[in-house]
Formats: sequence, structure tokens, C-alpha cells
Amino acid sequence: MAVYEDWSTERAAQVIADHRHLEGATMPILHALQETFGFVPDPAVPLIAESLNLSRAEVYGVLTFYHDFRREPPGHHVVKLCAAEACQSMGGKALAAYAEDKLGVGMGETSPDGKVTLEPIYCLGLCACAPSALVDGQLVGRLDAGTIDEMADCFANGKSFGDA
Amino acid sequence: MKSPRIFVPNDATAVACGADRIARKLAHELLARGVTADITRNGSRGLFWLEPLIEVETEKGRVGYGPVKPSDIESLLQAGMLHGADHPLCVGVVDEIPYLKKQTRLTFARVGIIDPLSLTDYEAHGGYRGLKRAIEIGPSATVEEVVESGLRGRGGAGFPTGIKWRTVAAAPADQRYIVCNADEGDSGTFADRLIMEADPFCLIEGMTIAGLAVGATRGYVYSRSEYPLAFVVMEKAIEKARNAGLLGKNILGSGLDFDLEMRMGAGAYVCGEETALLESLEGKRGLVRAKPPLPAHKGLFQKPTVINNLVSLATIPVILDKGGSFYRDFGMGRSRGTMPIQIAGNVKFGGLFETAFGITLGELVNDIGGGTASGRPVKAVQAGGPLGAYLPVHQFDTPFDYEAFAAKDALIGHGGLVVFDDSVDLADMARFAMEFCAHESCGKCTPCRIGSTRGVETLDKVMAGEQRAQNLVLLRDLCNTMKLGSLCALGGFTPYPVLSALTHFPEDFGDTPSLPAAAE
Repeated sequence: MAVYEDWSTERAAQVIADHRHLEGATMPILHALQETFGFVPDPAVPLIAESLNLSRAEVYGVLTFYHDFRREPPGHHVVKLCAAEACQSMGGKALAAYAEDKLGVGMGETSPDGKVTLEPIYCLGLCACAPSALVDGQLVGRLDAGTIDEMADCFANGKSFGDA
Repeated sequence: MKSPRIFVPNDATAVACGADRIARKLAHELLARGVTADITRNGSRGLFWLEPLIEVETEKGRVGYGPVKPSDIESLLQAGMLHGADHPLCVGVVDEIPYLKKQTRLTFARVGIIDPLSLTDYEAHGGYRGLKRAIEIGPSATVEEVVESGLRGRGGAGFPTGIKWRTVAAAPADQRYIVCNADEGDSGTFADRLIMEADPFCLIEGMTIAGLAVGATRGYVYSRSEYPLAFVVMEKAIEKARNAGLLGKNILGSGLDFDLEMRMGAGAYVCGEETALLESLEGKRGLVRAKPPLPAHKGLFQKPTVINNLVSLATIPVILDKGGSFYRDFGMGRSRGTMPIQIAGNVKFGGLFETAFGITLGELVNDIGGGTASGRPVKAVQAGGPLGAYLPVHQFDTPFDYEAFAAKDALIGHGGLVVFDDSVDLADMARFAMEFCAHESCGKCTPCRIGSTRGVETLDKVMAGEQRAQNLVLLRDLCNTMKLGSLCALGGFTPYPVLSALTHFPEDFGDTPSLPAAAE
């Protein structure tokens, strides 16, 4: 599980300054902010806009266009289950329903206790070892109910998943 | 005894199946036994059902063991794996495995064999010979070599790569760009990922040759957040190439400058469409542009831009090294050269199979792929990603070729095949195609933005048996509008999976002939 810094305007300004020299810097800046804080909070928008000489609307437009960017903090653990065709062909849908049940969180949601975020992802390129997932940044293939159980156990006991 | 060389892949598939744990366990066990061995993290051979596949260099060649679990390591070492000894997991000399032996690996020649980040390995296996030859023959001859090869865009559109280059080279500009489309979002595809993870210098060399050929000094690789490992490997490879003077100023003393940068998408499938990708690179929403102007004239930042699929660019080094005519002599009809076909989904032997065009779909799915993983009968294969058609078994004689697929209202796309067994409901899959389009639509054109949502609603009605016949007519009409009226392939090709499902599997839509009892 990832550990993020608390939001700070100064830190954000520094992250923006580190990337503003790039051609088409908006996306690299948004990625860098999300990597630092876990999400891109609203106060970041005017900072980016000012730095890149864009309108706030333009920055807001980019931020909200891409599925990856978050405007709210994610759960402690983030599970992205592949929902594309190859994973469906190997029972991905049933597994997703099982994961929702076992992890106690709906697809596309964060559990009320903030412990787990469960999201669909469209293709990790692990289509020959489907179904697959990205769990706290770690790739997992040949997923089955057992893997989900293991995940749930790890999360419940405050352990990170996959570190055997 | 010379210390043995052991290979443990570090491509995403192997890692997702536990390769890192295996590498750690192996190192630990070797240390405990006092054995010194060189563990190389190679890329995958693309025989994914065998991953994680450990290889050991022996006099016979590289002997493989897979799929290995961490708990197998002790018994493997005990059996004498370091000498290539037999074991229940032993698959023999890897190069002799029929799946690999039957392939024609031109683009993927080095994949899985070399250490991806070793320039020495890369050059020892023919790397940078293409660039050297390109420098020798000069820009315009380089472009003509690519034209002669007959290489067509491997992203799916199949536009001749050389013609694109010629256009960019001829466009007057103070700055031109090379953009690699590595936004490989199609389900069932992993060729781009495998190149980036297993042979990154090949892409760097291809892009450098493109830069030299059209007079571009800057390049971008637009990859995906879903490919975290590929991104890291590419960044390291770029750094190494730069340090070795293979990127930057005056490359190999040619007077040529070229440098490149990695960029990451953010989960938008539509950014695989070239103009949406360019918008995204410019830091904007990934909205599709109307064409013309073509990117070759006004591309990135309105400058002439070569935007090619990753596999196209990674094929350039071998074309320059061996010549356009060498490459052109593989294939059939107007589909020249080889295609990395990605066999995936519910299939026994999933992996990457590079072969000349012309092999039939049935050979790929049944002979090479071994049928379904579940052991149930194959019902359908989706070819070419989420925008590709579902082909039924009776079309398995279709040769893998751009035109032959088009004639069957299908497309080869980026070369992905997703196999489904008989438990699949094609009405569900048709609905998913519309749903996915609605989820990923950039929203610029109405047929895609609204049509996909209406498509989901209409399919829901069909599946609920609500005015089925009328709604099916409506659905076909809607598909026609999307096909002809959408700005790009997202809205324009979503009808392929929907209509093919409807045409070949009407029974899944409840469109069965009336039962005899009802007919009376």
C-alpha cells in the first residue's frame, strides 16, 4: 500500500515547478501530484493553471477527462480488477462479484472505513494469464477466489498483499 | 565449473505470476548451497502459459522449466536444474518448443533471449545495425527502404508506414516529431508491452531511424498507466542509450540529433486513437481531432509528425538491417512481413506468436493455441480488440490478412485474439461493447457519445424480450449511424463486435426460430 504526503500548497508548487518546463506539461504534473498526494485536490487546479498560463477550466477539463486522476483520496488499499474481454472470457465477471462481496465494497467505490478502493481497469496486457489485477501497484495474474481471499486476509490484518 | 547462467523473466506476465518471488527464492537457495550463478532477468519468450519459465544455459542450449512456483525451487535444484537435468517441469531446450520453433521472429527476434537493459546483449544480437545502415544510406533512401518493405501500420489501421514517412519528410517545418503510439488498450494484446519490457532498445533504435529519415529531432513514447513495468524499463533504456551516445547530439557521429521522452496516459482508451493521443501529449483532454489535416502535416503542436504504432517502429531496425525486400518477401497479398499475433483469453497456450501473414484463424486458435483453457468447445474469437468482430468457428478458415478479415466484416487490428468457450453469451458481449464505448467515448461526436448509451439501452430491451424484433432493427440502424457518422474508430468500429455477435449468434439474442409447439 502506498503512503502519501499530506496536502501542502508549498509542496504542490514545488512538484509543479519540477515539471513545468516539459512540453505539454499538464499530464506529467497531474501524475506527479497524484503520486505525491494520492489524489489531485481542488486547490491544485488554480496552482497548475497559473503555472502553465492556462485557465482553471482547462486544467479542470483535463483532470476530469482521464479515468486515472482522483479528486478524492483513495482507500488504503487499491484493487483494480481487469474488466476487459480477455479477463471476462476467464470468468472475470463472477470474480468481480466475489471480490465485491469479500472485500465489502462495490465496484468503483471506496469502503466506508476507507480501507479498500475497488475499481475496474481496462486491460493490463496480462490477457494470456487472465483474470488479472493491479493490487496496490502490484500485478497479479491467474486470479481466482483464493487470491481474493488472501487479499482480504492481508488487508484485514494490515499486511501488504503479495509479499511472500 | 563455470558459474551457470540462469534466466528468470521480468516481464509483466511472469512477474504477475510470481517471477520476482522465484528470483529471490532462487538466489537465496543458491547462496545456501554455496553455488555462484549469474541470474539474468530476461524478458519473456512470450510463451505465457509456461510463465514463470526459468531457463538455464547448457551445452544443448537454454533448457527451460515452467511454470515454476517458489515451492518448486528446491526440487528443481535437487534434480540438477543447473545442468539442464530432467524434472517434471522441464520443457526441454526452449528454442525447440514447437510453439517457438514454428514462429518467424523478425520484430521479436531478441525478445526473451537478451537482458533487456544490456546494450552489449542488444548489439551482440544485431542491435543498431539498422541505424548504422540508415546513416550510411541517408534519409531518403531510408524512407524508400521502408516503403519497399510494404510495412503497414500495426496499430490496426494498416496504413503504409513508408508513405506516412514520405509525407512527413516532405512537409516543410522547423520542427518535426516522432510519436510512438504505445497506448495499447485493446484487450487481448500485449505486443507493445512485451517489446518495451523485453527489447526496449529495439524501439529506441526504430524511433531514431524514423527521426533520421524524416528530419525529426524529438520523439515521444506515449504509454499507459496500466503498464507500470514497461514504463520503468523504457525510462532506464532511454537513459542508457543517452549515456552511450545513441540518443542526443550527433548520434554515432552522423551529425544527427535525436532524443526521446516517455509519457504516460491516464486510463483513457480513446487516447490510443492517434489524434486524441496527440491532444493528450499536448496536455489537453483526449478529444479526437477531425481529419484533415493529417498528423503528417499538422500533428503534435501543429508540426509534421510521424505517429506510428509501437510494433511498426520496432520493426524498422530489422527492415533497415536486412533490407525492405527481405521483409516484403514474407506474407500474403497486400499484407507483407510478419505480424505478432497475441493469443489470449480462454486458451490453453496463450502467448505471442509472430508469423508471416496468411496463417488461418483456426490454426492459430486450435493448433497453436490448443483450444480453450477450460477444455470446453470454442464458441467465438474476438479479433482486434474491443472494436473487433466476434468470429464463429465456421469462419476459422479465414487467413490472417488485413483484406481477408475486412471481407468478413472483421479486422485484425493490433493482432489480438481473445478466445471464448461455449459458456459465453454473445448478447452480453455485444452489450459490453456498447457499454465500453460509452465509458470511453471522448464525447466530441454525437454518434459515439449518445449512440453507445442508446445501444446499451436497446440491447437491454432486446435481452429483456421487449419488442425484440423492432429493437433489433433499431439496433442495426443505430450501428449503421455509428459506423458512418463517428469521427474515429471508437464509435465507428464498436458496431463490429455488436453486429458480428448479432449475425453469427442470433440465438444469444433470443432470436430463435419458433418452437414447433408454438407454431401450431
